[in-house]
Amino acid sequence: MKIVVCIKQVPDTAEVRINPETNTLVRDGVASIINPYDMHALEAGLQMREAAGAGTVTALTMGPPQAENALREAVSMGIDEGVLLTDRAFAGSDTWATAYTLAKAIEHIGADIIICGKQAIDGDTAQVGPEIAEFLQIPHVAYVRKIDSLKDGSIIVQRLMDDGYDIVESSLPVLLTVVRELNVPRMPSLKGKMAAKKAVIRQMKASDLKADVNSLGLQGSPTQVRNIFAPEAKKDRKMLEGSSEEKVDQLLKELAGLKCL
Amino acid sequence: MDYFLNEEQLMIRDLARQIAEEKIVPVRAELDETGEFAWDVMKTLAQSDLFGLFIPEEYGGLGKGCLELSIAVEELSRACLGISTSFAANALGTYPILLFGTDEQKKKFLPDIASGKKLVAFGLTEANAGSDAGGTQTTAKLDGSEYVINGTKQWITNGGVADIYTIIAITDRSKGPRGASAFVVEKGTPGFSFGKKENKMGIRASATTELVFDNCRIPKENIIGKEGMGFVVAMKTLDNSRTGVGSQGVGVAQGAFEEAVKFARQRVQFGHPIITFQAIQHMLADMGTSIEAARALVYAVARFIDSGAKDVSKESAMSKLFATDVAMKVTTDAVQILGGSGYMKEYPVEKMMRDAKILQIYEGTNQIQRNVIGQALIKEAARNK
Ligand SMILES: Cc1cc2nc3c(=O)[nH]c(=O)nc-3n(C[C@H](O)[C@H](O)[C@H](O)COP(=O)(O)OP(=O)(O)OC[C@H]3O[C@@H](n4cnc5c(N)ncnc54)[C@H](O)[C@@H]3O)c2cc1C
Repeated sequence: MKIVVCIKQVPDTAEVRINPETNTLVRDGVASIINPYDMHALEAGLQMREAAGAGTVTALTMGPPQAENALREAVSMGIDEGVLLTDRAFAGSDTWATAYTLAKAIEHIGADIIICGKQAIDGDTAQVGPEIAEFLQIPHVAYVRKIDSLKDGSIIVQRLMDDGYDIVESSLPVLLTVVRELNVPRMPSLKGKMAAKKAVIRQMKASDLKADVNSLGLQGSPTQVRNIFAPEAKKDRKMLEGSSEEKVDQLLKELAGLKCL
Repeated sequence: MDYFLNEEQLMIRDLARQIAEEKIVPVRAELDETGEFAWDVMKTLAQSDLFGLFIPEEYGGLGKGCLELSIAVEELSRACLGISTSFAANALGTYPILLFGTDEQKKKFLPDIASGKKLVAFGLTEANAGSDAGGTQTTAKLDGSEYVINGTKQWITNGGVADIYTIIAITDRSKGPRGASAFVVEKGTPGFSFGKKENKMGIRASATTELVFDNCRIPKENIIGKEGMGFVVAMKTLDNSRTGVGSQGVGVAQGAFEEAVKFARQRVQFGHPIITFQAIQHMLADMGTSIEAARALVYAVARFIDSGAKDVSKESAMSKLFATDVAMKVTTDAVQILGGSGYMKEYPVEKMMRDAKILQIYEGTNQIQRNVIGQALIKEAARNK
């Protein structure tokens, strides 16, 4: 069984600040981490490999050369191989172009199961996983919170919904995006860390993919970011004070005053 | 201070620290309260290969030495001495096999120890044999192809939770100290059971029980070394493990010191953070200095042991003695700096102080360490005369 886990290197948002003048993220000096949801995706891949007693887990990322560190960290957790998609031609990709590029790489690598985190904590779109599945023309299940069974070319999973969960069965190959409830990502092991130091990270460029160059990078991105800004805080707010009962009384008066009641 | 650790040693430190912070700190207070054994943490330590640190690669370990083990123990101790005791006692129980076992014994036991699949305990102490191991009453009698063990070991760390026990028993009382032997006994052997779990002042997350042997029969191949070598096995084992207790001291002292600094910066009295008071600064200065001195000694002795030095009794006793006295002093002072808060369970320092006390008692009390050092000094002086 071949498992490919798509991971993204993101700034550790616990440490990120916003530059008040430009309204953009201050990334200088902020540590990079593997997107936390992708840690659960890696753990899921490793558990599937362990349960099957065979197979490989490949971590795939698209990013600048330093994204290699994310792949080394994945190696220290026990994956078999890291593949880095890095090329100037990929720069400026939106979710569409990113998914297209990753899909092309996955076609090249080959996969029975593709696992992604449900979303990246820097962009928060949750689009790339399902888009990859569309480009590959395979089924996908998003927000997987439990794997019920995986055998004989089919998988049964639980999909987290707002009001419960669905049980979904799919044939393979399939793409899953996973939520935190799925598992607890393991710590790296010492042998893994030592292996990670020596691991050869396979690099792939645009020319290594059977891809339409017009669909890559900024050129291939239908989304154009015009402006990033923090929405202005509305000023007409009123904080109610006092005990709960007093606050409820006041609230009723306020609402009546606004003719809401 | 920079101790010029190599890349792998730093890796070990970082990993042990990550486990301590992410997996141990969040559960330590509860484990202290309930006295439950930290199986989850043990599983993490196993997955992370830390149980195999000091075990040779040919038996599934990482082939590192005393220094690497000390570094890991120190980091775990910074978070919880109860958990680090369970971890360190594993090494204590393994050394007899590692130092004196046959190749078959090593092949049989070490891989499961290295992988963390099986925990280990070391059983020397008895009701009448504390500081004076000569008081050992447990016996092992050869009967055909088996030894029959009778007697009770007390206060054995990892008792009940371990699968492998290395114990000392008397095989020939007429020979005095040369009449003791070391054995491996596996959990589940008929005639081998455990007493109740002790209710302790500190290191409550560690399991401490009696080992009860009632006509317990083990294959004769389970003897470690030769008949009569029991106390040699025990002493060499302790020589190797004592720096580990020293690193426990460094770790818990470091943990308490960091809490004290953090608190002293935040707590305001008389209009100023208490860290601005010279009295507090001087306490912190002494704490920081003694921790650094203890760490330097522990690392130096660990390197000395790893160099293959023959006789390390004096030095390992020194590292245990000094670092654990530092631990007791520093944790007590940390409680003092936190004042009433330090006495409350909402803060971790009272636990650290309770935990630290054991370090001056087990693996030979600090009085006994001074005896060991004193005897070595007498021998050296006689030799140099
Ligand atoms: C939590 C815990 C875990 C333990 N784990 C283990 C374990 O895993 N395996 C194991 O084998 N043992 C273990 N022990 C036992 C431990 O090693 C002994 O408690 C220790 O060696 C001291 O023995 P004792 O308690 O009988 O004290 P005693 O020997 O009775 O000593 C009492 C006091 O007299 C002093 N004293 C005794 N003799 C001398 C002397 N000649 N000169 C000066 N002072 C002296 C001692 O320093 C001490 O202050 C553990 C103990 C505890 C409490």
